[in-house]
Amino acid sequence: MNGSEFVPLSLVPMLTGIFVAVACALPGNFLVLRRQALIGDAISHVVLPGIVVAFLLTGVVSTWPMLLGAAGAAIIAVVAIEAVRRLGRIEAGAAMGVIFTAMFAGGVLLLEQSDTSSVHLDVEHALYGNLESLIWLDATGWSSLWDPVALAGVPVELPRMALTFVGVALFTVLFWRPLKISTFDEGFARTIGMRTDLLGLALVIVAAIAAVAAFDAVGSIIVIAMFICPPAAARLMTNRLEWQVAWSVLFAVIAAVLGYVLAGYGPLWLGLVDSVSAAGMIATVSGVILGLAALFGPHRLRGSAAPIG
Amino acid sequence: MTLTLATKDGLAAQDAARDKSPLAIRGMTVSYGQKPAVFSVDMTVEPAKMTAIIGPNGAGKSTLLKAALGIVKPLAGSTTVFGKPVARVRDRIAYVPQRASVDWDFPTRVIDVVLMGLYPQLGLLGRVRKSHRDAAQHCLERVGMEGFATRQIGQLSGGQQQRVFLARALAQDADLYLLDEPFAGVDAATEKAIIKVLKGLRDAGKTVVAVHHDLSTVPEYFDNVFLINTRRVAEGPVATTFTDMHLQDAYAGRLAGAQMDAIRAT
Repeated sequence: MNGSEFVPLSLVPMLTGIFVAVACALPGNFLVLRRQALIGDAISHVVLPGIVVAFLLTGVVSTWPMLLGAAGAAIIAVVAIEAVRRLGRIEAGAAMGVIFTAMFAGGVLLLEQSDTSSVHLDVEHALYGNLESLIWLDATGWSSLWDPVALAGVPVELPRMALTFVGVALFTVLFWRPLKISTFDEGFARTIGMRTDLLGLALVIVAAIAAVAAFDAVGSIIVIAMFICPPAAARLMTNRLEWQVAWSVLFAVIAAVLGYVLAGYGPLWLGLVDSVSAAGMIATVSGVILGLAALFGPHRLRGSAAPIG
Repeated sequence: MTLTLATKDGLAAQDAARDKSPLAIRGMTVSYGQKPAVFSVDMTVEPAKMTAIIGPNGAGKSTLLKAALGIVKPLAGSTTVFGKPVARVRDRIAYVPQRASVDWDFPTRVIDVVLMGLYPQLGLLGRVRKSHRDAAQHCLERVGMEGFATRQIGQLSGGQQQRVFLARALAQDADLYLLDEPFAGVDAATEKAIIKVLKGLRDAGKTVVAVHHDLSTVPEYFDNVFLINTRRVAEGPVATTFTDMHLQDAYAGRLAGAQMDAIRAT
């Protein structure tokens, strides 16, 4: 593939996919270890009606109203969960299940009922995103990377996801020690003065920002997959958190690149004419990586299977 | 005693004792649901002694420690450590949680856990220098775990895990050591190693407070006892406080005669 074809058509979606995958995988490592991995799932369900309402009010798909809508939906979800838990006198997990699915269903219903035909906002878009449509029309080849005029035409999703990735990475590096210590031993972390409640909240908020920012470009399937699959596969490769996070980043990048390529060319190689959803294929590849790690990862046997010394 | 405390001088004397105490708890009340787990408990720990917190299951022993440290939020009550609020003297406190309270599958090595004790020195981004590693390694030696520094923590036995937790507390180089059931589910060799370290700390002028469940070892291991059964039952030196009467009070008749005999025989 030469530059004049690759740069305009594939470079931006591939890079966007990489940024999405890594931005979700980084907080995913801690969420998985804290047994909160489904929070990513929950967030992407809950924010859908907020995003749809934001769109209905403003009439355009743009970042800030969508982020605000998502945040509003998250707050409503928290309040509603608490209300169901208290009034229904049931445990928090059950209340969450009810609210998350109800809000997601509400979001889908809103989408179906409203006129969103003029823009890329529909149920399929919400699930699979629209990675393939991020075409860089102004690019003519690799040299466009140094051409300010062409760079101005880069689809907005790429810089948005790049910025999100930088924010998530900074959070992870800066708060590495508190995150590690409080994830391992919350009680101890408090006794040395860490605000573990704020830290846990910050982690969820960072994950939510990554999920909402990724939503527009790639949909919710990939977000859910990237929060869990790369970190879970990475955990099976190593017994050190530092290496686990490094592996998860590697797996996320592999899933993004390989998934994009397979979605575009895989069906052609098989003799079929159409390509398949890139986001769906990226999620699939991450699932395959997890499966391989579960079968062949060097540290898949732990706990009771480990030698007692 | 109540009478003397009611006088002005008595109250002043009580306050002075509290200000000097490494751990003074006042009116601590904690509830997880309808019933209080700890109710209006006062405690004044004597400096440079080893104090056992004893009481039946569910008596609020661990909860009292957690509430004092701010790990659980009390309904009422206050805690001072060396006469100051806990938040201002955190660097003088080392807490060893119950071993079962953490996930030992966590992907990290023994030495990394010990280095967590140095976090207050290192801060968010401070570099881990050789001096820090040497300090952590020395703490592992003190608990007899020097050969395990690079082991994954999931590969340790229960006793070894407990020693790693103790090594982390040693790395904090505190003046007050609070341990939650340090002997629960550990082998005899570990129990000996731990008690040796704790007595060493006491002899160096540090204060040790441990939630303890094995009544038969109380006289051998500890200087003072604090008996609790949701409310404070008694507090003082083992010789005068660790008595049949107080034990029956604390355990509300749940101690069988045979157990009492066993304790008396020690």
